[in-house]
Amino acid sequence: MITVQQVVFALFAVLTLGGAIGVVAARKLFHAALWMVLAFFGVAGLYLLLEAPFFAALQLFIYIGGIAVLTVMAIMVTRGIMKPKEPVFTYAIGAAGTALAFLVMLGLFIFKTPVWDVAAPTGEVDPNGLRALGQALVSPSAYLLPFEVASVLLLAVLVGALFIAREKE
Amino acid sequence: MVPLSWYLLLAAALFAIGLYAVMARRNLIGMLMGLELMLNAINLNLIAFWRYLSPATVRFRVLAIIVLVVAAGEAAVGLALIVAVFRLRETENVDELNLLRW
Repeated sequence: MITVQQVVFALFAVLTLGGAIGVVAARKLFHAALWMVLAFFGVAGLYLLLEAPFFAALQLFIYIGGIAVLTVMAIMVTRGIMKPKEPVFTYAIGAAGTALAFLVMLGLFIFKTPVWDVAAPTGEVDPNGLRALGQALVSPSAYLLPFEVASVLLLAVLVGALFIAREKE
Repeated sequence: MVPLSWYLLLAAALFAIGLYAVMARRNLIGMLMGLELMLNAINLNLIAFWRYLSPATVRFRVLAIIVLVVAAGEAAVGLALIVAVFRLRETENVDELNLLRW
C-alpha cells in the first residue's frame, strides 16, 4: 500500500538524486551549480517531510542563499578557464567504481543493522522542541561549549576568507 | 509510512555521488560542490535519526547545526582559497596545480 508520505518522499528523493547527478554530470560548472540548488531544494523538502521545518528553513537560507550563491560568484570570478575541449573528469571509471563500492557497502551496513530497522517514526515531535534545542545550545550543562567554538570558527572563517581572497598590492 | 532505511539509503546514494564528484572532477569548484553534497547527506542522516529514533532529545539536531556551521565555513574558506589560487596560477584545474608535487 503506497501512502501519501511515500509518494512525497519519492518525489523529493528524485529531486535530490537528480540534482546530485546533474552536479557530477554537467560539463559546465555553472550548470552544475544550478543542479546543486535543485538537490538542496530536494533535501529541504525531505526535512519538511521529517517534520523539521526549522532545518528546512536553515537549508534554504544557508545552502541555497549562502553556499550556492557563493559558488556561483566564485565561478563567475574564475570563469572562462576550463577549455571546452578539455575532459571534465580524471580517472572517471576508477572513481565511479570506488563510489559504487562505497554505496554497496553502506547499503549492506544499513540493512544489517537491527537498530535502524524502524518502519515508522517513534513518538510525536514535541511542539516546544525548538525551544528545547535553543536552550540546550546556550546552557552550560549542555552544548554551550560547541556553540561558542562554532561562533569562534565562524569569526575565524570571516576574517580568514577576507584575508585570503583580498587583492595584494 | 516511510521506513528509516529509505532515508539512510538516499543519504548513502547522495554521499556516493558527492564522493564521485570529489574524486573525478578536475575543477576545484566542482570538487567543492561534491563536498557540499556529502555534507548534505550527513545532515539528512542526522535529522532522520532524530525523527525516527529519539524525537525528544536534542543531540542529533545540535550535531546537525554544527555540521551546517562547518559546511558554511568550509565553503567560504574553500572558495576564497580557489580565488586566491586562480589569481596566482591562472587555473583551477587540479592537474595543473602541481607545485607541491614530489
